[in-house]
Amino acid sequence: MRTKSENYIKLEFPGKSANEALARSAVAAFAAQMDPTMDELGDIRTAVSEAVTNAIVHAYPDEIGTVWLTARILKNGEYLEIIVRDKGRGIENVEQARQPLFTTGGEERSGMGFTIMETFTDRLTVRSRPGAGTTVTMLRRIRKKH
Amino acid sequence: MKVFSTYQDGRLTISLQGELDHHAAKETMTLIEKLLDEYMPRELALDFSPLTFMDSSGIALLLRLTRRLSGAGGRVWVEKARLQPRRVLEASGIGRMIRIKTEDEDSI
Repeated sequence: MRTKSENYIKLEFPGKSANEALARSAVAAFAAQMDPTMDELGDIRTAVSEAVTNAIVHAYPDEIGTVWLTARILKNGEYLEIIVRDKGRGIENVEQARQPLFTTGGEERSGMGFTIMETFTDRLTVRSRPGAGTTVTMLRRIRKKH
Repeated sequence: MKVFSTYQDGRLTISLQGELDHHAAKETMTLIEKLLDEYMPRELALDFSPLTFMDSSGIALLLRLTRRLSGAGGRVWVEKARLQPRRVLEASGIGRMIRIKTEDEDSI
């Protein structure tokens, strides 16, 4: 069950690679109200970049599909939830896709996307159905400074 | 992404300025390969001091450069990385394959 959300943003954009920078900047700008450290902000930008790139490269390999991004503040500002959703081709084997170095993207991809998302967030959930799309949900704790 | 380079005594130093993501990676790789073809360096130093963001697309680029240089008996390393790129380098474990020089290390 979802906790009461205090603030959120929703963003919808075509899966063009030029929008990767926009997506991570938008979430970083939104997260600024949680008073994150530079480290935390860097981690958030990185995790968003990986999730959005996955949607652009893997969900829609032959077309420009729509990507939906939600960022939400949870638990009195303690957590930032980031949801990246697509209606692309989906992932056959999520467990395999999450393995370090696994990629179907050729030499332009490193296979480290999910590993980096896992490292830079506190919880990563991947739900996917082949032919229907993928939803990646990440939860990142923002530590109180006082 | 902007790519600056200097060459001296077999060492090509390439500075990457801007954000190295999937969007920028292909063009960046093309620019670097052009420089490698031109100079044929034995050593490639990647100066990350002006790099403000990098994600796993940068890891893929480093792996390709390492393969290319080590295939010809050359060496590649990364130097002067800022905090965010450094954290991605560490999370990827690429330090096992490519030298990541820390700030207090001088160029050899």
